[in-house]
Amino acid sequence: MRSKTAPWLLLAPFMVLFLGTVIVPIIMAIGYSFTRVERSGLLGEEGLTSVFAGFENYAAALANHNFIASIGRMVLFGVVQVTVMIVAATILALLLESAAARWPGFFRATYFMPYGIPGVIATILWSFLYIPGLSPIVDVLGLVGINIDFLAPEVVLWSIANIVTWTYTGYNMLIIIAQLKSIPGDLYEAARIDGAGSFRIVKDIQLPMIRPALVLTIIFSIIGTLQLFAEPRLMQTMSSGITSEYTPNMSAYAYAFQYNEIGMAAAQAVIIAVSAFTLSAIALGISQWTERRR
Amino acid sequence: MSTTPDTPRTAGRSKARSDERSGSRAAGRSPATTIIVTAVLAIVAIYFLIPVYWVVVNATKTTEDLFGTSGFWFGSSFELVDNIRAVLSANGGIFPRWALNSLVYSGIGSVLATYFAVAGGYALAKYRFPGKQFVYALVLGGVLVPGTATALPLFFLFSSVGLTNTYWSVLIPSLVSPFGLFLAAIYAGAAIPDEMLEAGRIDGIGELALFHRIALPQLVPAIVTIVLFQFVGIWNNYFLPLVMLADENLYPITLGLDNWRAQTDRLPEFYQLTVGGALLSVIPLAILILVLQRFWRGGLTEGSVKG
Repeated sequence: MRSKTAPWLLLAPFMVLFLGTVIVPIIMAIGYSFTRVERSGLLGEEGLTSVFAGFENYAAALANHNFIASIGRMVLFGVVQVTVMIVAATILALLLESAAARWPGFFRATYFMPYGIPGVIATILWSFLYIPGLSPIVDVLGLVGINIDFLAPEVVLWSIANIVTWTYTGYNMLIIIAQLKSIPGDLYEAARIDGAGSFRIVKDIQLPMIRPALVLTIIFSIIGTLQLFAEPRLMQTMSSGITSEYTPNMSAYAYAFQYNEIGMAAAQAVIIAVSAFTLSAIALGISQWTERRR
Repeated sequence: MSTTPDTPRTAGRSKARSDERSGSRAAGRSPATTIIVTAVLAIVAIYFLIPVYWVVVNATKTTEDLFGTSGFWFGSSFELVDNIRAVLSANGGIFPRWALNSLVYSGIGSVLATYFAVAGGYALAKYRFPGKQFVYALVLGGVLVPGTATALPLFFLFSSVGLTNTYWSVLIPSLVSPFGLFLAAIYAGAAIPDEMLEAGRIDGIGELALFHRIALPQLVPAIVTIVLFQFVGIWNNYFLPLVMLADENLYPITLGLDNWRAQTDRLPEFYQLTVGGALLSVIPLAILILVLQRFWRGGLTEGSVKG
């Protein structure tokens, strides 16, 4: 439209902050990932110099057994946890929207409530429910003969998955409900006239129509899984199964702030970002491919 | 809790529901189905409420009862008031300070971030200018990069200008909401007719005044949504303050409570402090979410209907 400066003036505060806190750090991370710090002198007393290291840090990161294991752990976690959560969110959304239940408003608000509880607080609460001697759940299960240690090394990954599922199921459910509400009423009308039952309506109308919401929630969940940090880090002191390089993000954090290997930390952070990007693109691609085949 | 303002809305909804029922899909729903579905939903509700129930019950116990009695019921004495008093006064009143810090980060951060995002989104939606597509692409690319990947370099950037371990180090990154920018752009595109702006220009209103006086009031639903998302996002953030802050006095609640919990291994009395602190931080947020949930959803769906 008219003024040439007005749009830039309006955009300026956002853009300055966005460039300063997102774009510049990304460029810096990429820069660090290609450099190596060299200490001159016997103990580094003659100062530090950064030298170009090529793909050295990336090679080291990809050869690092712990880092690769942490990625594998997150893939396993994502396949199981994201599937369970999205299926649960979809079923809850369909049940709430089916008008078959009483008090839908109460249930919707209750399921959504954990989203407002910080991951740190949620982890503290659940960890109290995991600790033997403190947890009533462990007590009750023990009474019926099930002895389970939620913090055992091979179990704790799923105890973390439970916390994440608890926090985000209701949020994903709300996104799906919003999409369900946008389905035009005459579609249901037409299906009824054709004699479709509830199951046919779910399968042939509702599920296809909420596909965009499902793709969106799956992508967000995948990105979230790759970034997993607070929950495992807090539970580290409680379970011997959680190492300081348990998730890719914990690994990057450990290399940056505990081992002081900035190049390695930056390379790992870039790998995490590129993986998140690629996985999202694949999820989008699969969705569009199946859409075209229909 | 919000029965009075609730009533007309609930009435409207149940009316819409009964219309729906007589009209189409829920026709002939049997009472048995209603009971089964409601029972399933109630069991799921118990799962979501258990941790909150546990913290409410156990915040009333002494440390001995915490370990000695069943976690699902109250202990022999009711110590809620004493426990809360202990939480508020521990370490010279550090907990209220953490709560205040959280409020400062989330309150100031969400309001300013929303103002900047809405101004930018409005500019992208309502002006044609060279570089617009590039701005869109840049912001989208930035959104897809995990926040944790930028936190480490951001630490080095801030430490080179001496900003780490200050309020600014958490506040400044919280002022950016790319999600808000997109939402505002979509919403402004649909909610503000070009004729409205043209009429304002003919009346001689400047471009910035046009945004503040004509556009902003139209964008209220989008503004509410962005403020809420950003507020919860900042309040829940853990990684950024963990990286940036060393001084306990600057901690938000999340980091502070984690600090207390970490000490439970050596000092059992910190169990009771952590439980009480968790209660104090969960209750206001749970109420806030329950009350605001309807506005939130309202804002989102309105945007999608118009957009």
